[in-house]
Amino acid sequence: MNPSVYPVAIFFAAIFTNNILLTNYLGMCSFLSVSREIKTSLGLGAAVIFVMAVTSALNWIVYEYILIPLDLTYLRYIVFIIVIAAFVQIVEMIIERVSETLYAALGIFLPLITVNCAILGASLFMVIRQYNFLSSFMYGFGSGIGWSIAILAMAGIRQKLKNAKIPRGLEGAGITLIITGMMALAFIGFTGMIKIS
Amino acid sequence: MFPVTTLLISVGAITAVSTFLAILMVIADATIANYGEVKIKINDDKELTVDGGRPLLSTLMGEGIFIPSACGGRGSCGLCKVKVTSGAGQYLPTELPWISEEERAENIRLSCQVKVKNDLEIWIPEELFYVKEFKAKVARIRDLTHDIKEITLKLVEPPEIQYKAGQFIQLQIPEYELTEEPVYRAYSMSSCPCKRDTVELEIRYVPNGISTTYIHKYLKEGDDVIFNGPYGEFYLRNTERDIVFIAGGSGMAPIKSILLDMAEKGINRKAMYFFGARSKRDLFLVEEMHEIEKKLPNFRFIPALSAPLPEDNWEGETGLITDVVDKYLESGDNVEAYLCGSPGMIDACVKVLTANGVPEELIYYDKFG
Repeated sequence: MNPSVYPVAIFFAAIFTNNILLTNYLGMCSFLSVSREIKTSLGLGAAVIFVMAVTSALNWIVYEYILIPLDLTYLRYIVFIIVIAAFVQIVEMIIERVSETLYAALGIFLPLITVNCAILGASLFMVIRQYNFLSSFMYGFGSGIGWSIAILAMAGIRQKLKNAKIPRGLEGAGITLIITGMMALAFIGFTGMIKIS
Repeated sequence: MFPVTTLLISVGAITAVSTFLAILMVIADATIANYGEVKIKINDDKELTVDGGRPLLSTLMGEGIFIPSACGGRGSCGLCKVKVTSGAGQYLPTELPWISEEERAENIRLSCQVKVKNDLEIWIPEELFYVKEFKAKVARIRDLTHDIKEITLKLVEPPEIQYKAGQFIQLQIPEYELTEEPVYRAYSMSSCPCKRDTVELEIRYVPNGISTTYIHKYLKEGDDVIFNGPYGEFYLRNTERDIVFIAGGSGMAPIKSILLDMAEKGINRKAMYFFGARSKRDLFLVEEMHEIEKKLPNFRFIPALSAPLPEDNWEGETGLITDVVDKYLESGDNVEAYLCGSPGMIDACVKVLTANGVPEELIYYDKFG
């Protein structure tokens, strides 16, 4: 593949063929608990896209210029988490200060995703797959969009489910996990469309 | 590379990264999240100057004002509602599940979600100024009748309580056989508000009642208890009208408190206190009531038994409490009434009082279901 289009390919792959939620099953807790309504899912999705894209880029810089030169790559788990947590905190403060509307729509979801494993997952994958800076950013951005598409689809399905008769034992998380499985199966259909290493 | 150097480098690197981020956070906290001093105006009367940037609930708590809240500010109980008329901004998605359309129209907010960022104007019930959580020790338990106990609580922390006679507290019942988690039950205080360091409760045993079973069968002298309060609108109004008190059973408690308060302050308004019981074994504190009669010449205590036993040798009033009230009450025009007892008794008494001309809005009561 032409190296110049590679970041774009990674972007689309992260959305469809390598969807972080549906192929790696990461970020499940907030996915299960917030997917009840489309509106809140949209807010959380937007927050995840933003945080994932920026933290992937940030963590790439930290990894490339601090951890590799010092031969401390095994510390990446701790360092990445600290960077994500601090970043999310500061962004929340800024949003709260700057725009009330933005805070109401997006800000309140930020503390929720500090501990979202998909965000850490994206940073770790970018390291494992040895992406460069641009690819890392595109990968984080795409993964965020992929995660948001998945939670939006689930919210849509769950709103329909409100009128469905569900066996009592499966109500709530049970039926959601089964549907997530089906969605993951459906996404297998994208396999082979884009190949990334 | 020696392992020691590796160790030092890794510790140093983590420390450096964390320190850098921590400094960044501290700077952000002091600049971006620093809203300076803001003013909170309460009930168009009191004004507090506080540091901005924290939720309203905890800011108020820091100022000693306790808004009832069960979840402690996580936005999951919906209890900490406060009316905010200016400065709170728009509703957050975390508040909306708890706020009804009518409450939105009135600017009712969840105080744990509203951040104090600029000057606020809020409205909270007056009594909440004095609501606190108290730690206390059971100083004494005594039997008033075969099924009513008087519990005396000595306050530990804070050491004093301020309340209006007739108000109630919420007593915490810890988890035990009948309950899996601590529950709160409301009980009127029967002691004089002038005794700042103690609180007395009169609690009647209800078979299988979670709280009363605990108090009657488990609670011992010397035990620690927790309660919060005071709450309630049941207190003596400052008027010149004649007073009619009516109570049954443990409904004695708030009225005894009001009477002790009147005796203490020398409020010598014309007052009658009708107390209903089945037989003599359900009567209690008669001596104390006659003591108050001596201090307040215009006060009369009228106990009535609905079913006196032959061995009671009862010479006082007999019959239903409503009939006795009807008999004594000449005209209700200049009367205000305070009732405490079972819902059935209250409903019946309200009927008799209004039939005698007592204005319905001047009949105050605490219903104990």
